[in-house]
Amino acid sequence: MKELVVVSGKGGTGKTSLVGAFAALCKNAVLADCDVDAADLHLILQPEIQEQHEFYGGHKAQIRPEKCNRCGKCLEVCRFEAINEFKVNSFSCEGCGVCSRACPEEAIVMAEHLSGHWFISATPYGPLVHARLGLAEDNSGKLVAQVRQMAKTVAFDQKKDLILTDGPPGIGCPVISAITGADLVLVVAEPTVAGLHDLGRVLDLTAYFRIPALVCLNKWDLAPEKSEEIETYCRERGAEVAGKIPFDVEVFKAVASGRPLVEVSQGPAAQAVQELWLKLQTRIGGD
Amino acid sequence: MRVAIASGKGGTGKTTIAVNLAKTLAEDGPVRFLDCDVEEPNAHLFLRPTFQERKGVALLVPQIDAEKCTGCGLCSRVCAFHALAVVGGKVITFPELCHGCGGCSLFCPTGAIHEIPKKIGVVENGLAGKISFSHGRLEVGSALVPPLIKAVKKQVHADRIVILDAPPGTSCPVVATVAGCDYCLLVTEPTPFGRHDLDLAVGMARELGIPCGVVLNRAGDGDEIIEDYCAREGLPLLLKIPFDRRYAACYAAGNLLVEEFPSWQEVFKDLWREIERRAGA
Ligand code: SF4
Ligand code: SF4
Ligand code: SF4
Ligand code: SF4
Repeated sequence: MKELVVVSGKGGTGKTSLVGAFAALCKNAVLADCDVDAADLHLILQPEIQEQHEFYGGHKAQIRPEKCNRCGKCLEVCRFEAINEFKVNSFSCEGCGVCSRACPEEAIVMAEHLSGHWFISATPYGPLVHARLGLAEDNSGKLVAQVRQMAKTVAFDQKKDLILTDGPPGIGCPVISAITGADLVLVVAEPTVAGLHDLGRVLDLTAYFRIPALVCLNKWDLAPEKSEEIETYCRERGAEVAGKIPFDVEVFKAVASGRPLVEVSQGPAAQAVQELWLKLQTRIGGD
Repeated sequence: MRVAIASGKGGTGKTTIAVNLAKTLAEDGPVRFLDCDVEEPNAHLFLRPTFQERKGVALLVPQIDAEKCTGCGLCSRVCAFHALAVVGGKVITFPELCHGCGGCSLFCPTGAIHEIPKKIGVVENGLAGKISFSHGRLEVGSALVPPLIKAVKKQVHADRIVILDAPPGTSCPVVATVAGCDYCLLVTEPTPFGRHDLDLAVGMARELGIPCGVVLNRAGDGDEIIEDYCAREGLPLLLKIPFDRRYAACYAAGNLLVEEFPSWQEVFKDLWREIERRAGA
């Protein structure tokens, strides 16, 4: 079983549209949406939810006022400025439990905290494992790990040979959690000053974890010179640009209609996506 | 007055709004700009500050003194993040998992743990005209974003106007940025993705009790999807920026809208007045 993760330094580079199109092209895959913070893949794949599970990402401290003698010990030991006026601010609390252990009155309990949900769904393109992190929650890295783990289980049970993952943006904990141990990462970049900068940071990250990475330039013809610059940059770093997708209004139309691009269009973008997919398939050796 | 520019989804043009707003306001007086997207900081590419100061940001992680350690295992039971394990009577640390809570060193019965700094990133301060600029850069391979964002926010002193460019999403890095702000501008685009992620961002802002308004970027086709949403939710739609290849090219080259197309200055001034009015109300 192989795992391909599609990421981008910033969101909004067309990553999810691309994964949606790949989903329609591949035959025997489990799909995983690891962008748990802003999960959008379901908007293209129209899943039917079959299983829903609660996700407890950690604990939050709670002070029992009737037991608290206001000694202030908890305030002193909390490093996250999460205790104010003998009340815990659950947005700031990291659930370390230090206050609870330090409290002489045993007035602080650590309560399990529901931080989101995860789902297994059926789509026309195969099973989808996805999740929703609660608003203003932490522990997205853990939820990503949960989604990946489930995707593996489903792939194993249903004898699928590929896991196709829509990864989170950035280079912090959710991304690290999404790519460690994957077989191949595809980085989607846009031809802008910011896009080049972000691409460099993501490639640093994949290099740090020694994961093979390919690059795809999206909307390359919006700024051909910048694209050229990014290609040169990739060549110098030894990162292969596996695909170049032109700007195409059909991409927006596909998103608006909630369907994968390759199903509703034969335009230049759809063709470029198909070529890219063939390349990825040979690289990953699955399907 | 602290205003955060956020969006549930990345790539909607959040940084564009933030830098153009800051640039416009700086015509009339000093502005502090904080790029809180420490995973992928971009604002400096547009504002091009000259950096004068660079400070490392570290987290305190445990170091074990093997001579004093009895292998009792309390530290690994204390640690909520599995950053310590006791194997064969010896403690192994996993500093990349450590949140720096200080619990292990506080509770170790033999005083075998002391804390050493581990670098998680840097904060850089500089000037771009009248804009005092600060941003953070996460060390590649480090997962801990909120502490670095908090370090960036500590760069604020007696500034009258503070513009914060938030990271994408609605989870802890965004909360760390938006907390304590007077107003939150949410940038979106007219697509189902845009509406879906805007809805999440609105929920986050409401959860934190921060008033918010919407900026619709790349407008022109299918705007109703956002207009209807705003009307239904009672959210003000403060500004629309039409999709225009010239604007896209301006962004791609790392240039500012208000410089290449000066008529936008007045628009951003109006936007600011509207924010002030609404944040005060
Ligand atoms: S340490 Fe315990 S008793 Fe003391 S103030 Fe905190 S909750 Fe109250
Ligand atoms: S659990 Fe940790 S972060 Fe939460 S209030 Fe207690 S000491 Fe602070
Ligand atoms: S708590 Fe202290 S003595 Fe006990 S295993 Fe940990 S470091 Fe060693
Ligand atoms: S400081 Fe806290 S998080 Fe870090 S190892 Fe010690 S107990 Fe664990």
